[in-house]
Amino acid sequence: MEYILILLGTVFVNNIVLAKILGLCPFMGVSKKLETAISMGLATTFVLTLGSGASYLISEYLLGPELFYLRTLSFIVVIAGIVQFTEMVVQKTSPVLYQVLGIYLPLITTNCAVLGIPLLNVQARHNFVESLFFGMGGAMGFTLAMVLFAGIREKLEGADIPKPFQGVSIAMVTAGLMSLAFMGFAGLINLK
Amino acid sequence: MLEAILVMVGIGIVVGAVLGYSAIRFKVEGDPLVDKIDAILPQTQCGQCGFPGCKPYATAIAKGEADINQCPPGGEDGVRKLAELLGVEFKPLNAEHGEPKPKSVAVIDENLCIGCTLCLQACPVDAILGAAKQMHTIIASECTGCELCLSPCPVDCIHMAPIEEDLTSWKWKYPVTRLRPAA
Repeated sequence: MEYILILLGTVFVNNIVLAKILGLCPFMGVSKKLETAISMGLATTFVLTLGSGASYLISEYLLGPELFYLRTLSFIVVIAGIVQFTEMVVQKTSPVLYQVLGIYLPLITTNCAVLGIPLLNVQARHNFVESLFFGMGGAMGFTLAMVLFAGIREKLEGADIPKPFQGVSIAMVTAGLMSLAFMGFAGLINLK
Repeated sequence: MLEAILVMVGIGIVVGAVLGYSAIRFKVEGDPLVDKIDAILPQTQCGQCGFPGCKPYATAIAKGEADINQCPPGGEDGVRKLAELLGVEFKPLNAEHGEPKPKSVAVIDENLCIGCTLCLQACPVDAILGAAKQMHTIIASECTGCELCLSPCPVDCIHMAPIEEDLTSWKWKYPVTRLRPAA
């Protein structure tokens, strides 16, 4: 039950993009088409789940309380390694999946949500399984936000937008409104 | 301090070792030779070599199943480049597969076209624009001059027009002087 709450909480209430405002560059950058948004979301989910687990292990067993200041540095090294490793494995084992995820895999390394969630995990003192669920939930929230946003942007392509608002400006306004809507979930689930 | 350095070095070594090992373990075997051969072929996708397109022909050459002199659009020049890449003797084009012709594009006589869409289906590069019972036309910049649309046309309204050399299509010629082998 607690894990489901974590999932729901990270997907809707504390949505990583729309409530915590992390990972905005892929959110604005790769959300022009629905398919790319879905691919990016899938790739992020995969990496973030693995990354949360690995980061937990490192901060718990390798760094401990004395070396806490190495968290950011070691997390980003490990996440970059995981991304590279995932890319190689996927390319070998599933060329189809590799074509779908393709260039989005290496892009994930630079997604700040991917670093943010492991750090939040440490702050919230989650245990291993909670960390995994928190990571997966955060990534699913990211995917949800990406897909919704991409859907709206595809509709906007055909809309009659006043000239000063065309392009990125209307995308920013849309993102802001979506964020407002997600703020409506605030306080629905209280994570410890 | 020393501990911190050791931890970071340790993480670096472990991650590096895992990546290095998996780079060998999960190596993807693409065939770079096929791509190199494919890059030399003219990409007309005309099928005159007897294969369904340039890539299949390149694959066949790489496997040793096809000779290098079966590509008329590539001309002698193409055969020479293939011979150089593969380290084999140059041989003249095989006449069975057609004669090299000047580079040309297909042109539809729009007065005769009945809009049957047969040529649309034949075109390997989607260079023909049209719909059923509508006049068709050819996008000259997309046409590779493969002549595959000529035979399906029931009213013979497509002909090949050589590309004339003008300011936009002119290119430097390849040097023609051959090096004489030292005696």
